[in-house]
Amino acid sequence: MNFNKIYALGLRHLYLIMNSFPRVLDLIYWPTVQIFLWGFISKFFTLNSDYYSNTVGIILTAAILYDFLFRASISFNMMFLEEIWSRNFTNLFIAPIKISEIITSLTLTAILRTLIGLVPAVLIAIPLFGVSVLNLGIPLIFLLISLYLFGVSLGLFVTSGLLRFGPSFENIAWASLFFLAPLGCIYYPIEILPNSLQIIAKGLPLVHIFEEMRNILMTETINNFNILKSIFISTIYFVIGVIVFYVSYFGAKKRGTLINMGE
Amino acid sequence: MFIQIKNLTKIYNKFLAVNKINFNIEKNKTIGLLGPNGCGKTTSIGMILGLVSPTSGEILIEGKNINELSRDENLKRFNFASPYVELPKKLTVKQNLEIYGRLYGVINLKNRINEISEDLDIKDFFGRKTGELSSGQKNRVSLAKSLINKPEILLLDEPTASLDPDIGDFIRSYIQEYKLRNKITILLASHNMNEVERLCDNVIMMKRGKIIDHGTCKELINKHGRNNLEETFLKLARSKDEF
Repeated sequence: MNFNKIYALGLRHLYLIMNSFPRVLDLIYWPTVQIFLWGFISKFFTLNSDYYSNTVGIILTAAILYDFLFRASISFNMMFLEEIWSRNFTNLFIAPIKISEIITSLTLTAILRTLIGLVPAVLIAIPLFGVSVLNLGIPLIFLLISLYLFGVSLGLFVTSGLLRFGPSFENIAWASLFFLAPLGCIYYPIEILPNSLQIIAKGLPLVHIFEEMRNILMTETINNFNILKSIFISTIYFVIGVIVFYVSYFGAKKRGTLINMGE
Repeated sequence: MFIQIKNLTKIYNKFLAVNKINFNIEKNKTIGLLGPNGCGKTTSIGMILGLVSPTSGEILIEGKNINELSRDENLKRFNFASPYVELPKKLTVKQNLEIYGRLYGVINLKNRINEISEDLDIKDFFGRKTGELSSGQKNRVSLAKSLINKPEILLLDEPTASLDPDIGDFIRSYIQEYKLRNKITILLASHNMNEVERLCDNVIMMKRGKIIDHGTCKELINKHGRNNLEETFLKLARSKDEF
């Protein structure tokens, strides 16, 4: 891997953000709205629900973590879509870059976009609702790694779809996370789901991440096995995502869709 | 031979886009790839650039099959410009050249950007976003990007399409001059016959995925008894025969 090339691809997206204030505003706006919305809902539940009465801001913490996943995945997709929208796709794929360098660059740059959006929202939540994700302590780092890996994996599946089906797959890019959210047990325990769906849900890292988040906040104990399990499952999805991306890339070469890919 | 194309074929589903084409390109020569729309020029260029996998056949660079060469090492030697492929619109001209310079691993990038920008007279709009430029300015920037790595092999797809005669002439003159100053092999797809006559050492005529004739411009004009390449092109494009 050539770091300079990975950096160059990252720089392309950094310049894009720096050149446009509305773009930065857009990155910050949605996470902040989410925090406000869930902050008030969380406050209401804290005052009126026995289940949540011991743990202030459990829903808000879940909302912040879910938004982290959402932003990571969307950032990955958006950067790929930017190349299609700007009709730069051919230039990118004829440049002497390895596919692994493209994936690495998108993965690393997505975290920058995610943090630009999320950090201000997280900071707002502290004085406004008295909630800080940092209350999760050291496990927060591992939960974020797991979420990030899964978010990027979803990004890889969607971009593979874009390579396979072209720009018409764009709508799926937006819908992908909403599709998984009900099974992720983000705001409720897994027992709420019917038995059949619980089996499917356990195959997602989200259930283990959010169960553990609730466990830490409610019981102040840490179940390391849950955290490891979530990272392990996320890693499997990531590896499958990379394989699917490569398969789609070679499929696109076969079908000739890399030429003239654009709106 | 520098580049050898052997029995290159591409079938999309059941559509035969390129049908067993064979041609060679000598080092430092400019080859024109001509033919009516849909004749397989873009697919052929795509296969040479590694964007499209051939169904069968081989592309050899200095005797080595490009499939056996590493993708990035191989692509370092190439570059490509086309008005149908754009650079990121929201980035400035300078930012785009910097990014592509880095991607191609250009050494002394700052000097190279300065050099190419002065040559192509694009310094005046260096700080402007690429999407805000006129077609002529965009084409010059696209050409600058395609030369940023001093490619050994340059593929140009209609480099002067939709340009006014003045800018078109500037681009053609620059390509001619650049070729004299640098050792470069060019494959030029164009519908502008004057451009082809001016720039190309040899011409390959394609039709329905096949090569129907080839030779120097003069040879083709004489062979088909026409006055210029445009008339020759029309004869070949409208004819049902193969030559």
